[in-house]
Amino acid sequence: MKAKFLIPLALFGVLVVFLAAGLRLDPHEVPSPLVNKPAPAFKVPQLEQPGLQFAAEDLKGKVWLFNVWASWCVACRQEHPVLMQFARQQMIPIIGLDYKDQRKDAMGVLQRSGNPYDVIAFDGDGRVGIDYGVYGVPESYLIDKAGVIRYKHIGPITTEALEKTIIPLINELKKS
Amino acid sequence: MIPELGHFALILALCICLVQGALPIFGAHYGRREWTALARPAAQASFLMLAASFVSLAWSFYVNDFSVQYVAAHSNSQLPTLYRFGAVWGGHEGSLLLWVFLLSGWTVAVAQFSRTLDDTMVARVIGVLGLVTSGLLLFILFTSNPFDRLLPAAENGRDLNPLLQDPGLVFHPPMLYMGYVGFAVAFSFAIAALLSGRLDAAWARWSRPWTTAAWVFLTLGIALGSWWAYYELGWGGWWFWDPVENASFMPWLIGTALIHSLAVTEKRGTFKSWTVLLAIGAFSLSLLGTFLVRSGVLTSVHAFATDPRRGIFILVLLFLVVGSSLVLFAWRAPKVALGGSFALMSRESLLLTGNVLLVVACASVLLGTLYPLFIDALKLGKISVGAPYFNAVFVPLMAPVMFLLAAVPLARWKNTDVKEIAMRMWIPGVLALVAGALVPHLMGGWTVMTGLGVALSVWIASSGVIQVARRLKSSIPPASYWGMHLGHFGIAVFAFGVTMVGGFQEEQDVRMEPGDTVLVGGYQFKMIGVKDVPGPNYSAARGEFEVTRNGGAPTMLQPEKRNYFSSTMPMTEAAIDAGFTRDVYVSLGEPLEGKAWAVRVYFKPFVDWIWGGCLLMALGGLFAMSDRRYRLRVKEAAVEAQAMPVAGKLKGATS
Repeated sequence: MKAKFLIPLALFGVLVVFLAAGLRLDPHEVPSPLVNKPAPAFKVPQLEQPGLQFAAEDLKGKVWLFNVWASWCVACRQEHPVLMQFARQQMIPIIGLDYKDQRKDAMGVLQRSGNPYDVIAFDGDGRVGIDYGVYGVPESYLIDKAGVIRYKHIGPITTEALEKTIIPLINELKKS
Repeated sequence: MIPELGHFALILALCICLVQGALPIFGAHYGRREWTALARPAAQASFLMLAASFVSLAWSFYVNDFSVQYVAAHSNSQLPTLYRFGAVWGGHEGSLLLWVFLLSGWTVAVAQFSRTLDDTMVARVIGVLGLVTSGLLLFILFTSNPFDRLLPAAENGRDLNPLLQDPGLVFHPPMLYMGYVGFAVAFSFAIAALLSGRLDAAWARWSRPWTTAAWVFLTLGIALGSWWAYYELGWGGWWFWDPVENASFMPWLIGTALIHSLAVTEKRGTFKSWTVLLAIGAFSLSLLGTFLVRSGVLTSVHAFATDPRRGIFILVLLFLVVGSSLVLFAWRAPKVALGGSFALMSRESLLLTGNVLLVVACASVLLGTLYPLFIDALKLGKISVGAPYFNAVFVPLMAPVMFLLAAVPLARWKNTDVKEIAMRMWIPGVLALVAGALVPHLMGGWTVMTGLGVALSVWIASSGVIQVARRLKSSIPPASYWGMHLGHFGIAVFAFGVTMVGGFQEEQDVRMEPGDTVLVGGYQFKMIGVKDVPGPNYSAARGEFEVTRNGGAPTMLQPEKRNYFSSTMPMTEAAIDAGFTRDVYVSLGEPLEGKAWAVRVYFKPFVDWIWGGCLLMALGGLFAMSDRRYRLRVKEAAVEAQAMPVAGKLKGATS
């Protein structure tokens, strides 16, 4: 067996290793450039009381979870019970961002299935979403006491992600 | 009941294919005739089973059987019948079923049209095809069964993806798959040759028409897909270097190299191991393409719902098929005797240069396609590789190929005189230089790229015409000669179209209200208005545009924005006035305030030459396949085969 005839096999071997590694990766998961950057400031009306405003600065000094959702988002329904359960632990404030939605529809969903949020900011035209680089709903951001984004979760939060990643990170951030 | 029968037929097909993949190969190895004789009947039986299975699925679509999960997910009672049929391969499971169905179709064709080939060779070829079919059938049955039931049945189906509700897309996948799967035949011939140790001119001659047939289908399939993207996506582009497009383009590049390499192997007996490697490569890339599309490791506009189990299964399949054939190659190829020698300047060396360039081009496409995956796997970040990379790499590789292509038919085998070729190429050379300098200038501005593109097209086209004219003086050339020149002429037409569109298209994104006009490429577009029109399973906003040039007779264009009931994504139906030298193209963007719309208007010079060129290439392939010598040789081979047993007996008697 001459060595040069083994070259195609060797190249193919390398390719297979990478393809196998590729199967474990999610090409849709794009790391946010905002992680470890200050959370973009915004001030928008609240969902339930349009007269009241919500601003990101209001929560300076607290660790909080910023969850982007919408009534039209199917994956959010999957995420909803997990958020409800997390809210019951009263660990940190959960702030919702109702993204590109109608007030009536959003309120309807919350009335039917419960409201895990402390405050919901209403982002009907999606401006805040653009600042935060939202391109799929749901997405969640964990923001520390100094107002810096520490973690971004893409897609519905699962119990596993909550227990393995988010809660340990919250405990760490709360200490600092 | 019908879906269960289809499922059962699929299982039976697997059982038959396992037999087909095992016994004939062992039989050929141990010289047991009763085993090799199984090859043909097994191929026919498995084809019948797969046909039954395919028809069952099509029937379930036809009668709207929404208790079949796959039907419920990809059809709807309001879906027009043609699309209901097209929906059979509109999703993952069905398209795989189409894949194996076509594969067994090729197998039966090999069984049918190889009556005159050596029996053990045919047994090996059909056996290898049986193994490949078995692998895919296992994949379907274990991870992607299209006959799974949905109980209780859905009220109505989710409907076919609106992007796929288009006549172009009904025929695009079968064409493309015929090409992909057709390379399995060339692959099986190569593996059979490696197994037998008989890599000779006869092997090359047998597999040549099959390879060309696969290449013709692949060419048409890619062209159809590109044409579809052009008018259906509404972006006005014809090629996006999308991973899925690249997945079909890579086998095409290697297949093109293979066709030419087979010619050398047939005529001169050289390049044998190289040809075998290309045959393995073309089919491996078809499988890799399937893996990339079906596993979701890359992002693409052709995003399919993915399941990690499927990815692993098909990766293992890829590993087994390609890995084992490359091991076989490494083991057997070194023993292959070298063919005739050739000089530094000869038809062989020129073809080899072109071949290497095509392979390098394919490797660079593969690298660009998988680069994001490599970087991600090495934890170096997320990137995407797009058209700038591919254009930058591809053009410098293809330009020399096109330069050589015009001259190769003039070169002699073994040893050729460069001066002699140069003497006969000076007219095309002058024509190319003049056209390359003038045409872009007349079209509106000379650039290096447009000059090069026009010059190369004229170089190929004019030298082809001159060569054919000179040849006709002495005799009527055979079909394969016409095929070669037609194919090359197609390249010239294609390249001319690409150059013109790339260099001189005009586009405008404008906000228009009824009564507004916009001037693009010398054409005046007047918006008459937009009105709502109902469709069978959608509602549409239909724009009305009046296009005139220099006050001539107006042409009406009616682009649509369709909202399918089943989908939240609106679909764009561009309106195109196609012409020999240009397309004008209008597509509706988003509705703006009042009666205003965002409108996209294009002027595309010579864009249809792109697909016209592909058609000419495919036609060239058809001519090449139909050459009389394949049929003649087969008859000669038949005479030999009849004579052989007698010779064998004589030998047996004397020893």
